[in-house]
Amino acid sequence: MRRPKPPLFLARAPYRRRRLRDAARLLPVVGIFLLLLPLLWTQDSRMALRSGDVIYFFLVWVGLIGVAAAFAAGLRGGDGTDDEED
Amino acid sequence: MPFNLLVLSCLLYVAFLFAVAFVVERRAARGRLGWLRSPLVYTLSLSIYCTAWTFYGAVGYAARSGLEFLTIYFGPTLVFIGWWWLLRKLVRIGRQYHVTSIADLISSRYGKSNLLGVIVTLIAVIAATPYIALQLQSVVLSFGVFASAAPDGSRPLDPGQTAVWVAVGLAFFTILFGTRNLDAREQHHGIVTAIAVEAVVKLVALLAVGSFVVWGIAGGVADVIARIDAADLSAWQVEPGRWTGLIFLSAAAVITLPRMFQVMVVENEDEGHLARASWAFPLYLMAMSLFIVPIAVVGLERMPAGSNPDMFVLTLPLAEGQGALAMLVFLGGFSSATSMVIVESIALATMISNHVMIPLWLRLRPGAAAADDLRSVVLMARRLAIAVVLALGYGYYHVSGGSAALAAIGLIAFLGVAQVLPAMLGGIFWRGATRTGAFLGLVTGLVVWAYTSFLPSFGPGAALSQAIFADGLFGLSWLRPQALFGTQAMDPITHALFWSLALNVLAFCLGSLFTFPGPVERLQGAAFVNVFEGAVGPQRWARGQVDPEALLGMAQRILGEETALSFFQAAARAQGKEGFLPDPTPTFLDQLETRLSGSVGAATAHAMISQLVGRATVTVEDLMAVASESAQLLEYSAQLEAREAELTRTAGALREANEKLTQLSLQKDAFLSQISHELRTPMTSIRAFSEILTEGDLPPESVVRYGKIIHDEAKRLTRLLDDLLDLSVLENGSVQLNLGLASLQGMLDTALTAARQTRPDREFLVIRDLPSEAIYLKTDADRLTQVFINLISNARKYCDAARPELRIVVRQRAGRVTVDFIDNGKGIPKDSQTLIFEKFARLTDANRAGGAGLGLAICREIMTNLGGAVAYLPGQKGAAFRVTLPLRLERQAA
Amino acid sequence: MAKHVLLIEDEPNIAEAIRFLLTRDGLRVSHAPEGDTALVMLRQDPPDLVILDHMLPGMSGLEILTAVRADPQCRDLPVMMLTARGRDREMAEEAGADCFMTKPFSNAEILAEVRAMLSQPRRAV
Repeated sequence: MRRPKPPLFLARAPYRRRRLRDAARLLPVVGIFLLLLPLLWTQDSRMALRSGDVIYFFLVWVGLIGVAAAFAAGLRGGDGTDDEED
Repeated sequence: MPFNLLVLSCLLYVAFLFAVAFVVERRAARGRLGWLRSPLVYTLSLSIYCTAWTFYGAVGYAARSGLEFLTIYFGPTLVFIGWWWLLRKLVRIGRQYHVTSIADLISSRYGKSNLLGVIVTLIAVIAATPYIALQLQSVVLSFGVFASAAPDGSRPLDPGQTAVWVAVGLAFFTILFGTRNLDAREQHHGIVTAIAVEAVVKLVALLAVGSFVVWGIAGGVADVIARIDAADLSAWQVEPGRWTGLIFLSAAAVITLPRMFQVMVVENEDEGHLARASWAFPLYLMAMSLFIVPIAVVGLERMPAGSNPDMFVLTLPLAEGQGALAMLVFLGGFSSATSMVIVESIALATMISNHVMIPLWLRLRPGAAAADDLRSVVLMARRLAIAVVLALGYGYYHVSGGSAALAAIGLIAFLGVAQVLPAMLGGIFWRGATRTGAFLGLVTGLVVWAYTSFLPSFGPGAALSQAIFADGLFGLSWLRPQALFGTQAMDPITHALFWSLALNVLAFCLGSLFTFPGPVERLQGAAFVNVFEGAVGPQRWARGQVDPEALLGMAQRILGEETALSFFQAAARAQGKEGFLPDPTPTFLDQLETRLSGSVGAATAHAMISQLVGRATVTVEDLMAVASESAQLLEYSAQLEAREAELTRTAGALREANEKLTQLSLQKDAFLSQISHELRTPMTSIRAFSEILTEGDLPPESVVRYGKIIHDEAKRLTRLLDDLLDLSVLENGSVQLNLGLASLQGMLDTALTAARQTRPDREFLVIRDLPSEAIYLKTDADRLTQVFINLISNARKYCDAARPELRIVVRQRAGRVTVDFIDNGKGIPKDSQTLIFEKFARLTDANRAGGAGLGLAICREIMTNLGGAVAYLPGQKGAAFRVTLPLRLERQAA
Repeated sequence: MAKHVLLIEDEPNIAEAIRFLLTRDGLRVSHAPEGDTALVMLRQDPPDLVILDHMLPGMSGLEILTAVRADPQCRDLPVMMLTARGRDREMAEEAGADCFMTKPFSNAEILAEVRAMLSQPRRAV
């Protein structure tokens, strides 16, 4: 079944939903960046175990989970429609 | 704590899990799963990622290598919060194409090639065996901790014996709940729920011991932070390459581990659950690792030097005299080990049976697809495979002697299954990926992994000789297993990761670029890559000459009788046909193949349908034709198309209505002349003999005889008129139903007794299952009994077997009851199967024993009035009728 | 010698009644319950008259009649058809039946008709 050609511009709500998907796709990239960042902190490009590192990692972790939860709530609604974006 | 108490609570815990699995299976069978299908259970079941290796080993890992243990959790976290990229697609493909395992996914994507399925299975088994051994080892070790800590001098346990018992117990549990039914899409609710319970136990255990360490031993959070900074661990350093590599590796593993694929894709009930799991599963992982560092630091401080940090979670509370807490931790570790082994062995068994055993069996017995009961063969194969997998795990444990080398095996196993990643990602994102490419990539990856990582893990001089380690294969120094091409700068795991995946991807890409895929492969590629864009173009089957009854027979042998029948019935209804046999259209064959692949895998399902349909699959030319056709069609506006469709629909509806009217008129004429005939026949006899009798002058015995004939024919006439009246009342729907509760068994008893009048001379064996008949129905008992009498009499009349048998099978499901009457005669030819329910449609019978052929027509009307149906059941050995009716008939439905 | 009547009728009671009537009238009656047997008997022991029921299991009365008329030996054999339905008369006539009885018939009727047919000279070829 062919679908009609997707419209070029969208109303506000679908537009927001698409940007939300973009954000959801971006999230793991941000995650990788934040999890690799501490490698650059220490001398010799080596990382030692300090309480600060531990706290940093867990904060990043909680942050990623929180943002993912916020996204998931928004994405689940539009999930059933199958309209692939881009 | 007394060691016996430990064993006892362990057994009690296992019994509890059995009960959970059992109760859930029962509820699932009745279709009442409710909250058990929630995203929560799904998320918790994903936690089998955390095996005993992470439960006990994480602390040891932290004690030895600082924060590196976090990488094992970061990978999955990134994969899950990025679910919109990959997991969503994977789950959609899995659901749409009834994928049964990761091997099935690869095999199905690359043109249903069983060879690829075999290779993936091989990789999975090689990688999983040491991993299972690791779980057995952890259970044995934790038992050992308790045994040595037992002050009452109770006998320390023989580790080998413990491992045997654990392995046998797990095999038993897995076989019992993991091989209930074949179909991937409706299975294992019991096990998944048991796994979810275990997930809670291990999380609670780890949080409890963590809280105890932070607030019980240390003086709160601030104190712990101070201790971390003071600990020896500060000396530990990480290389950026290893850190990045391990995150990547665990991310790859979480999608390619057979057990993860099983719970994530195969057991997925609802795509929406994935959205919840996208953050809830990382949250679970974070909670699991929250207290790892504190436990490691405090453990290193408090425990005597030289004690095994892998067991800190257990030894720390024991040393502090917290027996109950230690018990909880023990159960947590036990849970991690058992849940991993159960799911892994199910996943592997599915792969082994679908890709190795069944194809082999079909190859050895070419006619088998049409002949044998495949269902039980597949189930046996699966049970056998579970036993084999666990035996392999135990064997590995036994041979390796539970050495410390096992601890390193976790990452090596991850790397092994990660070899599937290029073929998998390429398969679902790149249409150009080909079977040859996948084959080359997988084999290259497998070989490089085995050479650089798996074989060296046995230590120098074990699998690979000392000389190879030092000087390389054949003395070529650039072939040293841990420094390929002279790359010595990396640690072994990063080195193996780098080279195995780099060469794997290279072989995969080059192979794909330089080969041309076959038609089925291209179809599957398009279907997988464009899974969100709806169904793809052409069907995979051309319209072939195939007997739908043969297809039904085959489907029954795989799916089981009930499931197959309801599947065929639904398909027939979708085609606008009554009964159980749809036309073998290409669409239907496609649906059937997908359904079967949910049980035996895509490659086998395809092969089996090919056996019946012939090689009527598409060619490259078909593909091209469809492609150019759709390009042309695109030029038409959607509006034109819609109007055309509407016109076609209207025309179709008109034609249908016209046909129906013509048919009705013809039917009415035929009906009237039939009635005329049926009425005139007895009247002829009555008139002739009554005239003869009036003439008198007959011997007395003739008078008696002729009188009796007149009497019989008069009765026949009356019965005929009764039937006609009955039928007209039933057809008008003006029948008065006398609803009440009645025992099905009682009704069948009455019917069997009454039906004995038909051909009383015949010995008729009736096979019943009395317990299943102990059902009270709310219905019109007299009417239903009338139907039963009719069906049983028909069997008595028409069953032509030398030793006639009638089997009565009662089933109850979701508020409906089915009663099947199956005899062992010749059955009814297919073209007559729908005809028999028509009025006066008596088949050519040499022994019509009275009756005007209204019986089944009346049965049909009665069943309609009772809110049910009666239908001919094809695919049984003899003639078979199925009566379906509601358990409780409500008055308004009548 | 007594004239021979072949009766093709599947209802045993009707067959018995006709047989009784005709035998009492001095005729020899043989009976076949369905078409295949009837065609065999027709050849083995050629009758002087065939009484043929219209509704038979297997081969219908019309089919038997067509088969009889197609056989050169039996082409001129007088055939009486027993019909239950009025509408089938035309079709039977076309197929070459000589006489019809509608069920239910009176005994006197059928006897008279049989006698009349048997006393007629055979049609010329």
